[in-house]
Amino acid sequence: MPARIIETNPVPLARVAVDPITLDIAEYALKNARFEMDAVLFRTAMSPGIREQHDEFPLIANRDGKMIVGQFGSFIHGFRAAYEDTIEEGDIFLTTDPYSCAGAISHANDWLVLVPVFKDGRLIAWTAMFGHMTDIGGKVPGSLPTDARQIYEEGIVVPPIKIYRHGVLQEDLLRLILHNCRLPHWNRSDFNAIVAACRTGARRCVELAVRFGDDVFHSAMADMLERNRRAMAQLIAQNIPERRQSFEDFICDDGMGMGPYRIACTMWREGDRVIFDFAGTAPQSVGSINFFLNEEMFKMFCGVFMIMVFDPQIMFNDGFYDLMDVRIPEGSLLKPRHPAALSCRTHALGRIFDVISGLLGQGNPDFLCAAGFSDSPHLMYSGYDHAGEWFQLFQIGFGGIPGTPFGDGADGHSLWPNFTNVPNEYLEAYFPLRIETYETIADSGGAGKHRGGNALRVAYRFLEPGEISIHDDRWLTYPWGVNGGTPGRRSQKRLLRADGSVQILPAKCDRIVVATDDLLLFETWGGGGWGDAYARPADLVARDVRRGLVSAAGAQRYGVVLDASNEVDAAATAALRSARTEFAPPVFDRGGDIETLKARCLAETGLPPPTTPVPGRGAAGRRVAVPDPR
Amino acid sequence: MSYRLGVDVGGTFTDVLLINEATGEFHTAKVPSTPADSSLGVLHGIERVCAQAGVDPNAVTHVMHGTTVATNTMLTGTGARVGLVTTKGYAQVLQIARSFVPGGLGGWVVYQKSEPMAPLELTIEADERISARGEIIRPLDEAALCEALAGLREQAIEALTVCLINSFTNGVHEERIRALAAVVMPGVPVSISCEIMPEMQEYERTVTTVANSYVRPKVERYVRNLQREIVQRMPHARLRILRSDGGLAASEAAASCPVKLLMSGPAGGVTGALWVAASAGFPNLLTLDMGGTSTDVALVQNGEARVRRETTVGDVTVRSSSIDVRTVGAGGGSIAHVPALTRALRVGPQSAGAEPGPAAYGRGGLAATVTDASVVLGYLPTVARLGGDMPLALALATAAVQQVADALGLPLLRAAEGIYNIVNENMYGALRLVSVEQGYDPRDFALMAFGGAGPLHANALGRLTGAWPVIIPPGPGVLCAYGDATTAVREEMSRTYVRRFAAAPALELHTALSELAAAGARALDAEGVPRHEQRTRFEVDVRYHGQGLWLPIALDLAELVSGFPALTARFDAQHLQLFTFTLEVPHEFVNLRAIVQGVPPAIAAGQIAAGGPDPAAAAYATQRVRIEGVDADACVYDRPRLLAGNRIHGPAIVTQMDSTTLVLPAHVASVDPFGNLLIRPEA
Repeated sequence: MPARIIETNPVPLARVAVDPITLDIAEYALKNARFEMDAVLFRTAMSPGIREQHDEFPLIANRDGKMIVGQFGSFIHGFRAAYEDTIEEGDIFLTTDPYSCAGAISHANDWLVLVPVFKDGRLIAWTAMFGHMTDIGGKVPGSLPTDARQIYEEGIVVPPIKIYRHGVLQEDLLRLILHNCRLPHWNRSDFNAIVAACRTGARRCVELAVRFGDDVFHSAMADMLERNRRAMAQLIAQNIPERRQSFEDFICDDGMGMGPYRIACTMWREGDRVIFDFAGTAPQSVGSINFFLNEEMFKMFCGVFMIMVFDPQIMFNDGFYDLMDVRIPEGSLLKPRHPAALSCRTHALGRIFDVISGLLGQGNPDFLCAAGFSDSPHLMYSGYDHAGEWFQLFQIGFGGIPGTPFGDGADGHSLWPNFTNVPNEYLEAYFPLRIETYETIADSGGAGKHRGGNALRVAYRFLEPGEISIHDDRWLTYPWGVNGGTPGRRSQKRLLRADGSVQILPAKCDRIVVATDDLLLFETWGGGGWGDAYARPADLVARDVRRGLVSAAGAQRYGVVLDASNEVDAAATAALRSARTEFAPPVFDRGGDIETLKARCLAETGLPPPTTPVPGRGAAGRRVAVPDPR
Repeated sequence: MSYRLGVDVGGTFTDVLLINEATGEFHTAKVPSTPADSSLGVLHGIERVCAQAGVDPNAVTHVMHGTTVATNTMLTGTGARVGLVTTKGYAQVLQIARSFVPGGLGGWVVYQKSEPMAPLELTIEADERISARGEIIRPLDEAALCEALAGLREQAIEALTVCLINSFTNGVHEERIRALAAVVMPGVPVSISCEIMPEMQEYERTVTTVANSYVRPKVERYVRNLQREIVQRMPHARLRILRSDGGLAASEAAASCPVKLLMSGPAGGVTGALWVAASAGFPNLLTLDMGGTSTDVALVQNGEARVRRETTVGDVTVRSSSIDVRTVGAGGGSIAHVPALTRALRVGPQSAGAEPGPAAYGRGGLAATVTDASVVLGYLPTVARLGGDMPLALALATAAVQQVADALGLPLLRAAEGIYNIVNENMYGALRLVSVEQGYDPRDFALMAFGGAGPLHANALGRLTGAWPVIIPPGPGVLCAYGDATTAVREEMSRTYVRRFAAAPALELHTALSELAAAGARALDAEGVPRHEQRTRFEVDVRYHGQGLWLPIALDLAELVSGFPALTARFDAQHLQLFTFTLEVPHEFVNLRAIVQGVPPAIAAGQIAAGGPDPAAAAYATQRVRIEGVDADACVYDRPRLLAGNRIHGPAIVTQMDSTTLVLPAHVASVDPFGNLLIRPEA
């Protein structure tokens, strides 16, 4: 039984004609309201993860739960299909269970708050937001255990509940949840902030309905969805071929010594609809790298990517969803069966963007982007300081934006919307550590006409004994280059012990004990290059060398020769560039196939290659089935 | 008799205002700006206004100036060649910035990062380290640094910036490097971060200090030239520059810290509005300054503008206090367009700028702008002339707007109304940012509109916000110059002081704040402000322990005797107002601040002649207008002929040399004794 909406006003909202100007005004107003939700959250949240790094996603949806403004598409459809109680005025919902909302959130660290917006006894809209909590209990600080085999090991999981009932906070429930978390005051504060942001969005919706009338507000949202659908239909017809195109990429390992895991997708168009079929994707993992991919969210990722590449003027919303059909095999890495562990899904979530990039771009190389910093690697550091106070750090890493048809990728930046780093001075003031180096790594961006962005090297000096966890990827497979561009450099982590020994750390690990004065070198990966590096203007290469972003030796990859003062030696450069006779690069340069990479693994990375994965298992049917929206 | 001058340099015109300090009588002059060297326009304007008023330049005691030189230098990328010294391991602090990619999900696809103001090839690292608590972990390697500085000298840098990690806790290494640089590269101005912005956050501190170096040579040159020329013509005049926070500073102090001048221009408008509103009796107001390419909005409560701790110019945000002015890319020149795929109507952010300008200007512009829509709708009567001498071409405006109408499949006048309404919505969004989003209800405020285009949209925005009355000051186009002329000298001294309430002895706080106040007082002494005219107040930035941002809370030193309970209560109340909740978490100080300011000059606004309610004597034409789908005849009035007490019933248009006001149907504009138009809904 899906949720029952209780409305005291029986008159249905009417679909009325909305003049185009009112429509545009309402769209601007809703966009403003959505940014206001962000602003409220950033100012009041407490965990650096939400406050500084902005690991949060707001939306405003229409009465039916279709996203009008937001980022990741609607969370509401899945929730409403799964929730079995009433939805009434004054209720606010909380859930952290991916299996209860069809993957609207994909691990239990993401707390999803939903606010049904009522006006005069009728449901007129929804506002919702999820944010990543630094800790939700479970077996390791940060609640992302690499070795978890079931979701029960990953901390507290909250099914969809009314956390506010008729406007009253269910304080007992919240206390129960917070009691299971290591940093309850952060969770409480972040939760309050998310609720405050959602309420702000809700107030704006009511004000708009007052201003334009309920029917016009309701109809304007429907028109926005239709307008977006019309635009996307044209984009799809113009840019998606009917012939099948396939692309695959990989998660290097699962933290348990197995890998890589394939993510495969085939795309084709039938009439005005495009089909994405993930047949060929690896079976679910026994560990926690599974990514419960919500089909609607994937549609939004694809839609947004197409809009960005082809026509950034389009405002995106859920209107085009019936133009896409997403098929994900049951029991695969992207649709694991309950109770598979999900906490470390960040790698597959990020990798999806590389898959989309490759899938959509390969038939259209002028619009093809290279592989980017498709992850948000984590570092956790926790323990008791000398005063006996618990400290717990959760850091997100940044890396190289890929070379794109439009230009170079930025160095040490984020692929995620709104993410920013935490100032190192803040970290040093609040955590027992010093950051001795914070720089990008020369030559780590793939060479190309448009250079891939460089990876980031951060050197953490630990000042108190404690434990660290790391979650990273792309240490085995390369961030690929395209159209003649070369791959970016892979990631690596080294622990330089205070006793002089050096330890190479795997990309995914927990409970690594660190001592005072140990130094961790955390190196992320670079973006792939775009286009023939020999076509890059030599003076740009020389400038990159003078800036230390490319080494003098690295300039060779561009066919550029520099003199002693790092100025271009024009004659030598011309000679070198013209000496290249054959150049027929593949569309994708992956730096070698999987077998080759595994064979070279130990020698190149200092780590043994992963072994072939044993598929994980789970119960069918414990997940909520969402009816096809069509 | 003594006089003061307010001077505002805009993109197109330089406005000069001469005020008789005793009577408040004023004269204005408008002369073309001279972008190549704006001091020429300033001096020309001063000569013109003094000649017009028959005032001997010897009688001018103060020249107050709002300048956009610093902002324009940043926007046009024409600043100095800046060298940067960072702590070892941090040379790429500006390259990495905050790792932020704008544009939302997928924004990275099209994002192209702009070049930092201090190029990486001119950045060197100092081998040194200060801890978060201010201890020296590693002493400065002076020999290596001097060698690197010599390398920068060879590269002919024009300014040097020093920003070291944790220098806000201990600036000893930055000061030492400045001393070394004075030896290695004498004459090169050095900005050190512990002086420019002694606050936590290395990227923000670096970019702020670098911005200071970047604009400093140009600003210094400009201010010095101006000072010299002014002293030659007006030997008794003292030049002061308006800072972003709305306070005045002596020209020398302003020139060495130009990062505090980035919002000098918009601050003039807000302080001008403050002055007009004070005499008209409206202590709470929203200001709307609409020009050709953008609109600035701000909020004033109890006669004080909200001050924000950061300033954004282009895509760079620096940490320096400025009046909380929000800017949207919506102005008279904003271009309307219809993207092919969605067929939605979009207005801006592209602008026709000053050249070619709106189609109606007849200077070759073909795209439909907001101004063209207003011409088509009849709001800008062709009998009126912009800036006094620019004719408006209805046919050209119509042709431009017709293209938009065709793309939308709408009749001409509906498209024109659409453009007018959408640009209003954009400005409404900005007004919400400074009001609703900060926890203020716009209905508790009046709305003052100025700038060339503001009065045309003001009545409509009054309706959207519910902010009444809408105030159109007598000189909407020269309001910034009023602000320059009527504000006070002001100095802010602050320092970072991160400590939980429980760990902060009240005595220590008292001492620290008193020291800041003493430093501020000395700064005002140097500006010639006698002690008995100095007023000091205190602010502390407070947050819940662990929270990211903070709220500035006013503090009375006397209340420290009983600890912080009153402070705690004020913070909690404000947090509740802004964010709808409070927390049971320890409170924490972040920054301490003393604000010392002089008494503003007591200049009374001049009054105009009074008359009856009937404004007919000022009427001179009738204009057909389209408002909300209805055609009507609007009476056109000549503003200089209006009398206090006149009541103008909408629809009506009021024209004057520098602006045009639209009064909507069912609204009435009454003329107050100072010549302000106060627009309200008809009772």
